[in-house]
Amino acid sequence: MTDIDVVTLARLQFAATALYHFLFVPLTLGLSVLLGIMESVYFITKRPIWRDLTKFWGVLFGINFAMGVATGLTMEFQFGTNWAYYSHYVGDIFGAPLAIEGLMAFFLEATFVGIFFFGWDRLSRGAHLFVTWMVALGSNLSALWILIANGWMQHPVGATFNFESMRMEVSNFYDVLFNPTAQAKFVHTISAGYVTGSLFVLGVSAFFLLARRNIDFAKRSITVAAAFGLCSSLSVVVLGDESGYTAAESQKMKVAAIEGMWTTEPAPAGFNLVAIPDPQNHQNAFEVKVPWLLGLIATRSTTEQVPGINDLVARNTQYIRDGLKAYSALQTLRKDSTDLEARNTLKKYEYGLGYALLLSKYTNDIPNASDDMITKAAWDTVPDVVPLFWSFRLMVALGFLFIALFATAFWLVVQRRIETSRTFLRLALLCIPLPWVSSELGWFVAEYGRQPWCIDGILPTRLGASSLTTGDMWLSLGGFLILYSTLLVVELYLMVRTIKKGPEDYFGRHTAAVLESAP
Amino acid sequence: MLDFETLRLIWWFLLGFLLAGFAIFDGFDFGVGALLPWIARTDSERRVVINTIGPVWEGNQTWIVLGAGAIFAAFPPLYGASFSGLYLALIGLLFSMILRPGGFKYRSKLPSPLWRSIWDHLLFVGGAVPPLLFGVAVGNILQGVPFHFDEWQRLFYDGNVFGLLNPFALLCGLVSVSMLVSHGAVYLANKTDGALQERAIRIAGIGPLVTITLFALAGLWVAFGLQGYVVTAGGAWDGPSNPFTKTVEMRTGACLINYSVYPWMGLAPVLGLTGAFLTTRLVRLQRPLWAFVSSGTSIFGIVATAGVSMFPFLMPSSNHPSQSLTVFDASSSHDTLMIMLISTIIFMPIIIFYTSWVFRMMRGTVSSKYIEDNSHSVY
Ligand code: HDD
Ligand code: HEM
Ligand code: HEM
Repeated sequence: MTDIDVVTLARLQFAATALYHFLFVPLTLGLSVLLGIMESVYFITKRPIWRDLTKFWGVLFGINFAMGVATGLTMEFQFGTNWAYYSHYVGDIFGAPLAIEGLMAFFLEATFVGIFFFGWDRLSRGAHLFVTWMVALGSNLSALWILIANGWMQHPVGATFNFESMRMEVSNFYDVLFNPTAQAKFVHTISAGYVTGSLFVLGVSAFFLLARRNIDFAKRSITVAAAFGLCSSLSVVVLGDESGYTAAESQKMKVAAIEGMWTTEPAPAGFNLVAIPDPQNHQNAFEVKVPWLLGLIATRSTTEQVPGINDLVARNTQYIRDGLKAYSALQTLRKDSTDLEARNTLKKYEYGLGYALLLSKYTNDIPNASDDMITKAAWDTVPDVVPLFWSFRLMVALGFLFIALFATAFWLVVQRRIETSRTFLRLALLCIPLPWVSSELGWFVAEYGRQPWCIDGILPTRLGASSLTTGDMWLSLGGFLILYSTLLVVELYLMVRTIKKGPEDYFGRHTAAVLESAP
Repeated sequence: MLDFETLRLIWWFLLGFLLAGFAIFDGFDFGVGALLPWIARTDSERRVVINTIGPVWEGNQTWIVLGAGAIFAAFPPLYGASFSGLYLALIGLLFSMILRPGGFKYRSKLPSPLWRSIWDHLLFVGGAVPPLLFGVAVGNILQGVPFHFDEWQRLFYDGNVFGLLNPFALLCGLVSVSMLVSHGAVYLANKTDGALQERAIRIAGIGPLVTITLFALAGLWVAFGLQGYVVTAGGAWDGPSNPFTKTVEMRTGACLINYSVYPWMGLAPVLGLTGAFLTTRLVRLQRPLWAFVSSGTSIFGIVATAGVSMFPFLMPSSNHPSQSLTVFDASSSHDTLMIMLISTIIFMPIIIFYTSWVFRMMRGTVSSKYIEDNSHSVY
């Protein structure tokens, strides 16, 4: 089987490039909708200041968007280049949402984004507004389709194994589309994007107010950002809870790991507010519990149990044993595809096939794996508890911080005191990076918490990789690191420079003067 | 309901259309990028050149996103085999394409001549290298790539970089560069005026002749020098997607067999050659728009030639020919092909509709005056 180093490198590369891609994605998601809102106000009120507002935030949007596009291509290619076996094994299901994303979303956003920038003088006000909303619609739809694809990796539904082509094939596309995991992920992730966009606008406007320039411009921006941000931060928390609920249904092991819950407690289980997990001994060295809370969040009932890690490992041991039966049946079928008994055995124990594949880490002769190997493989299904536990708590804490921040901003705007609340403005400026921190942590929890699976319960990560050489992988990884770091520096420099120069650089002194005196 | 074999054929055609769409639409962006440092002398001219494609390159680039997505969805084993088998070519392609968005968006944001000149050269790399590597990749696939599968259909690539950059593949790379640079020149002839336009017309008058020569040379090589592949047993058109169910032999000149079995396939090279030839005439006759259509047709013909010469192969294996991937054993399941076909039927017309709307809105030439008047809002 594949050299482990190639797998590690492929994972590292995926993690690095995906986390990097997601530096730009949330801002695109959030700003595109904010641009739509601002331009709608322009359309209704006909006041030029709102058009200039849209244009200025549009410039920042454009700088960010270019990087989103550049790094997205990497993500798509990577499935083929680094995860060739994955592409073969699940491409029948996974490829479709990705291709539909191209048809339905990328074409929309990419075609209209050009005319968003170049069309101000060529289109009527209404037509341009339409273009702006199409860009926003396109980016949000792209999030929907990619998260349907990703949701399927977390909770693979609507697919069965076909021994003739040795891969998973779609059996119910409707289930793939309306996968509850995907829906929960979609709403949570786009809300996270909206929070990012709103806090960006809030923080940058705070910068203008602190510097006592572009006052009208900044105050209007803050009004939009505070209102939209408050709604989004509320929704990110509510829908985050929904993500937790669907994960508790479909990915019990992930939830148990996030919670550092080793043993099953009598329902309703308590929530570990803080703890020091001790993975060696399968227990927590120290914990502070909120009684009942976890049971309520994860099962929405007081009677259902949330299974702990130790019990799940016992369950998975059984899955591996069942999987071995499916594996042997498959070997029989490869010699004689008409063997009815083997077909039935495979159907019956299909759910265990992926679990049996976990044994490939220990032996090439899977059907004759020893009990010791089976135990080890079962314990491999426990993700890395400590980082998950803390990443999750930090994300949640930040979520509540955002609600407080936007609520304060909103209240100050309503009270017409935002301009003078300089401490708050400084705080808002400092908070700009935080939504990115929570989004990256969220992805870390979702993806690292899925380990050792690439497709939960179906394909172990280590089997998904291509058979490349470590030399090739180092070359590409090194290239990405150099290219991406340079581009990030350039992007940040241009962002900061554009912000410092401010709107007046774009509309000239004359317009800037008009801006300041606009009612 | 359509049967499996028909669906597979439909997807083979659709894939051809998508890849040709990519070559035609993203192609002129590449061509313009590759020409940038040579055709435009002053900063103002360079901005004109960049802004001719400014509003449309993002939409155009989506053709490759869609093309790759369609391979993934319709021919998953091909996706894994080609992207990982031609690893370094794909990574090089990716790196050079990553340079482009920054080049377009960031270049004119700072006044420094050094900054602008760096981006101009990166745009050149982003315009010239992708066509070259695409050509190299196609050249490799035409010859067959060394790979085999194990019993779980895990793919193993048995070649190396030096195998990748062989003479025939490089020739294909040159065909592709010459074809897209000419296409870019024809586009510039449409979108610029004055001295720039004259230079573009001159290049567009010569470029296609180079393409014709190189394409013909590659054709002769394929006919008389290259080992082609023939299915000699098995390979049912409606069988399971499993590359172990057939026997394949290698024969010199086998790429020409298709043209006698399916004479209509001969249309592809004919379109490629006549399209290119007509392009040179039409630019000279001051008919840039028609020249563009004809240049696009020629690209379609050349891309299609590569596809039909290999039929039914998608990616032959040079060291285990019987494990080659074909249209009929490397496809998705019947249901996925159907779902994807329905999605394409729904969305393709919509895409074509709004894309043409955008192109119409942005019609007309780009001049230095326009750039100066809109210095802040254009690239
Ligand atoms: C939740 C949202 C989200 C997530 C999880 C991803 N993306 Fe993304 N992607 C977007 C949201 C997005 C976007 C907002 O639509 C972008 C970012 C900026 C942009 O230009 O579009 C984009 C751009 C973008 C592009 C360029 C599109 C173009 O040329 O217009 C590609 C090919 C991908 N992405 C592919 C991927 C793949 C294969 C991913 C998974 C591994 C992925 N993205 C994760
Ligand atoms: C853009 C947001 C995303 C981020 C930040 C992200 C983050 C990560 C991280 C950190 C890993 C490494 C996990 C590990 O190996 O320990 C990973 C792996 C992976 N992710 Fe994501 N992910 C994102 C979106 C997606 C999406 C949308 C998909 C699929 C549609 C996806 C598919 C994968 C695959 C195939 C791997 C490699 C196999 C594996 O390690 O399991 N990711 N991702
Ligand atoms: C109380 C607040 C929050 C809760 C309860 C919560 C809950 C969750 C859960 C359970 C997951 C994992 C889902 C999975 O494993 O499949 C997740 C993922 C994620 N979270 Fe949060 N979250 C909260 C706040 C935030 C905030 C404030 C942000 C960003 C602004 C954020 C961004 C993300 C992202 C981007 C992901 C990965 C995508 C996904 O799996 O949906 N979350 N969140």
